[in-house]
Amino acid sequence: MTPEADHRGRPGPSTGDAGAPQVTVDGVAVTARTGQTVAGLLVSAGRTSWRSTRGGGRPRGLFCGIGVCFDCLVEVNGVPDVRACQRLVADGDDIRTAPRPRPAAPGGPAGDGTRTGEA
Amino acid sequence: MARLIAVVGAGPAGMAAALAAADAGAEVVLVDAAPRVGGQYHRQPPPGLADQHAGPGFARLEAELAGHPRVRHLAETVVWALEPRPGGHRLHLRTGPADSPHRTARVLDPAALVLATGAHDRALPFPGWDLPGVVTAGAAQALAKGQRVAVGRRVLLAGTGPFLFPVAQSLIEVGAHLVGVLEANRVGATAAGWLARPAALLAGRAKLPELAGYLGLLARHRIAYRTGHAVLAAHGTDRVEAVTTARLTRDWRVVPGSARRIAVDAVCVGFGFTPQLELAVAAGCDLDATGTCVRVDIAQATSTPGVFAAGELTGVGGADLAAAEGRVAGASAARHLGLAVPVPRAALRQVRAGRGFAAALAGAYPVRPGWRSWLTEDTLVCRCEEVSYGALCQAVRQRAALGGRVLRLTSRVGLGPCQGRICGRNAAELAEALLCRADQRPPLTPAASARRPIAAPIRLGELATTPTEPSEHGFASTDPTDRSEA
Repeated sequence: MTPEADHRGRPGPSTGDAGAPQVTVDGVAVTARTGQTVAGLLVSAGRTSWRSTRGGGRPRGLFCGIGVCFDCLVEVNGVPDVRACQRLVADGDDIRTAPRPRPAAPGGPAGDGTRTGEA
Repeated sequence: MARLIAVVGAGPAGMAAALAAADAGAEVVLVDAAPRVGGQYHRQPPPGLADQHAGPGFARLEAELAGHPRVRHLAETVVWALEPRPGGHRLHLRTGPADSPHRTARVLDPAALVLATGAHDRALPFPGWDLPGVVTAGAAQALAKGQRVAVGRRVLLAGTGPFLFPVAQSLIEVGAHLVGVLEANRVGATAAGWLARPAALLAGRAKLPELAGYLGLLARHRIAYRTGHAVLAAHGTDRVEAVTTARLTRDWRVVPGSARRIAVDAVCVGFGFTPQLELAVAAGCDLDATGTCVRVDIAQATSTPGVFAAGELTGVGGADLAAAEGRVAGASAARHLGLAVPVPRAALRQVRAGRGFAAALAGAYPVRPGWRSWLTEDTLVCRCEEVSYGALCQAVRQRAALGGRVLRLTSRVGLGPCQGRICGRNAAELAEALLCRADQRPPLTPAASARRPIAAPIRLGELATTPTEPSEHGFASTDPTDRSEA
């Protein structure tokens, strides 16, 4: 993903951001912008969802955008349940989304891969 | 420390409170979750993206705070718990990247506390509101102002209240194609709300040029502003692809035959605001009659001695009112410490005028009960626990849910990670309506869902490293370098 070439907002000032964080999203190298949140990075790359719910396996992404709703959870550097809208991207971050699982067999579990320790 | 005041929240109210208290001679710690001061209102793009100029007023405030010898700003810091102690309250803080397990822990024992925790958007449920691409107006605003990113290409903005206008402006600025702005309240109803309070209308006259400016902006971009309209449903499989809009009656029921389908890739909804009450509730502060705001007196004092509140927490009225309340609250907190503080007469006058305006605003843009008729059996009420309206109805009717807590335990509404912040008010209203229909039950108090002993998320590993006593500076910390900056 190349946020600099995004179609959604104004192109970011890719010049002059000498310390632009280099991160990976699901293993793919990405140049982020200084001060960008993980959600800002994902949305500017055209992503609308990056996890799915435990119960219905429904896709979720940004909703409240200010840290209240916990819909935008993502894994950063091996730590699950990080709110993408609150977390600033840092150089070297390993960001992992949990794309929608295949529909589970009827009655089967539909894990979202981002939450643990709950029944 | 005897002269330490903690101000929680660095939006317009918190910034003003911190400066007022520090100017009066108090030592102030200003705590905020964001990397920069400003809150949601003065949200700043990060330095690399600073192509939008903040007002000169904000720049001056930010510089004044940064240069004040008695203000310490703790950025990227959350208050995750507040507990009573003899003579005051203890704040448990974590500083560091959001939701990281490696944040610095601090304990703060201030002699007085100013809560300026603000509010978040209220979103009403409707079929498909859980589809990706459906976001709150505040999310679109934060993304546009803070990240310079548009939430979508073809965007519809819907809800109620004047906050829709600055969001529309932000969306236009970042290049979104805004297909329309839908205001659920009808012009007649809105005007009636204003005319019922002529004095407040006069007090708010300074806002009229601002309003005219927004309407002009929409007209120039040929964006339809439709009153008495709402989004009834969002459609799509993995994301929103279209919405159904409709005309509403005065009480927000759908006018038959008025439904229209519009292709969009994002929908932004905002139906006013819900104050962030958890710290105030933890401090034992009384709420107002609606149960959604903290009750304060003329000095911004809450019912809990030594705890003051300012801004949207005490009633939604915009940034100017919040700043005036902050100046009063900061002065009152300093006075509580025994400092000699002149009466902030100008700020008190602004608060009085602003409150009238806020009351008129609330009267002009209410959330009307017809929204409940937009829901279907399988519309989610609680997004976290995926509780449908049908399941909620069943819990209320068949299990004879008796109150908020019982309702939560029987239906799981509000038991997810957001702790009912998104669904609490809506679920309470839905349940109350169901109970009234089946009659005989006492009303539920929305405040019940604001009782959250853990006010902000914290990881179990972090709990284990919580300091127990503050240092002589009023601080305790797990960061060995902290003492030098304290």
